[in-house]
Amino acid sequence: MFETIRYDVKDNIAWLYLNRPDKLNAFIAQMNREVKEAIKAASSDDQVRCIVITGEGRAFCSGQDLSEVDEHMDHGQVLRDHYGPMIKQIRQCEKPIIAAVNGVAAGAGFSLALACDFRVVSERGSFLNAFIHVGLIPDSGNLYYLTQLVGHSKALELSILGEKVPAAVAVDLGLANQLISEETWTEGVTAFASRIAALPTKAIGLIKRSINSTSNLTFEDYLEQEAQGQRIAGLTNDHREGLNAFMEKRKPVYTGQ
Amino acid sequence: MNSFDFIETTLMGSTAVIELNRPRQLNSLNTKMISEIVVAMEAFDRDENVRVIVLIGKGRAFSAGADIDEMTEANPISLELLNQFAEWDRLALIKKPIIGAVHGFVFGGGFELALCCDLLISASNTEFSFPEVGLGVMPGAGGTQRLTKLVGRTKALEWLWTGERISTEVALEHGIINKIVAPELLVEETLKFAGRLAKQPPLSMRLIKDSVNKAVDSSLYEGMQYERKNFYLLFATQDQKEGMNAFIEKRKPDYKGK
Repeated sequence: MFETIRYDVKDNIAWLYLNRPDKLNAFIAQMNREVKEAIKAASSDDQVRCIVITGEGRAFCSGQDLSEVDEHMDHGQVLRDHYGPMIKQIRQCEKPIIAAVNGVAAGAGFSLALACDFRVVSERGSFLNAFIHVGLIPDSGNLYYLTQLVGHSKALELSILGEKVPAAVAVDLGLANQLISEETWTEGVTAFASRIAALPTKAIGLIKRSINSTSNLTFEDYLEQEAQGQRIAGLTNDHREGLNAFMEKRKPVYTGQ
Repeated sequence: MNSFDFIETTLMGSTAVIELNRPRQLNSLNTKMISEIVVAMEAFDRDENVRVIVLIGKGRAFSAGADIDEMTEANPISLELLNQFAEWDRLALIKKPIIGAVHGFVFGGGFELALCCDLLISASNTEFSFPEVGLGVMPGAGGTQRLTKLVGRTKALEWLWTGERISTEVALEHGIINKIVAPELLVEETLKFAGRLAKQPPLSMRLIKDSVNKAVDSSLYEGMQYERKNFYLLFATQDQKEGMNAFIEKRKPDYKGK
């Protein structure tokens, strides 16, 4: 069904592999569309409680495939038609999404990683706001997320100087959540994803919803939304399981319901 | 109440709930469904156990619009003779508060039906639109009129000409809806709100709606005269005595609707 990505669901985890390894997983319009479709499918699949986006081969994603760019391209329209819908689909998804950055995440590949909830990074992984090197600005939501993550000053530096951020530095900057060694990469990513997939999925979705809305709500409205979120969480089986497990002094087993 | 084909009705306390019930067609409106809504509304309007009417759509959407299949063969004469929009006019005559609870798609005729409600509570995932222009027609059940009165000519023309979808936030900004709630809690929050309105003195509610509707459609002077008469009229009610006495006696009023 997909050509530029591979999509598998296993043990409640949806694995989305960017799959153009000979092009360092560079984006073409079809890949934008397929990532969007896969995220949509994972969002509505009850089996899925965590999504991992990673790259096949050496790179995570090297950004826009420059062989598709010519002087007739309307860059704004490409964003509206291809990247925007993909990034919005990720934004709407209430399940936790992990970017498993196995190699370089450059340009729109960096943006894709930023749009995810977690970034775990291999020793070989790195982030690079490469846009400036071709006279463009970071796009696909890049600066929106980057500024929130690392602050105004660092976001400017990374975007204007366009220097590569190695994995360890990314963790120090708060750009990545965890460094996973090269030797244990697959097991490490799987362990991290499994841990998140075992948590109360609905509550995670409600936390994401709350955090996403803080910037456009007044404090009063935020508190009202929080009350609604807690009401919804309070009705889940996982909340009941959490309470029961606490009373019975055992580990809770959440189902995501 | 009669049994209906395309809607379901329930009475919850003093709140009457009407649910559009063609979920597989995303509650697309056919003439029978509109008739059923009107019949149910009028019956609840006369039922003294009912204080507030709530309108909801079952399934994924409030309503994705009118049933296109019904209209492909229509011609001006058949439409004039069928006079289907006369039914819609009766919705505007309902005296009790109507709260619409909307989610998913609120398109075309579905949007017009939503605009017939007095208040709208919207799930955060709702999209509003008048897509008629894309079919070579235009709204015919009040869309151009009610939307314009609500948001003004400038935005109304933009939305009616482009058929563009209106997000919940934009709908709130322009006063199309009253509030946004989490999709999971749409029914619960709407019923809570309906419950609050149901505790208000019903005759005040009724004459407030009557007066506000007058403001939409007439000159300020005429509206002021009309308001005054309604204000005086409430002094003939038991609830006015109850409300004022309760205030003086520092207790909660108990309104009877008389």
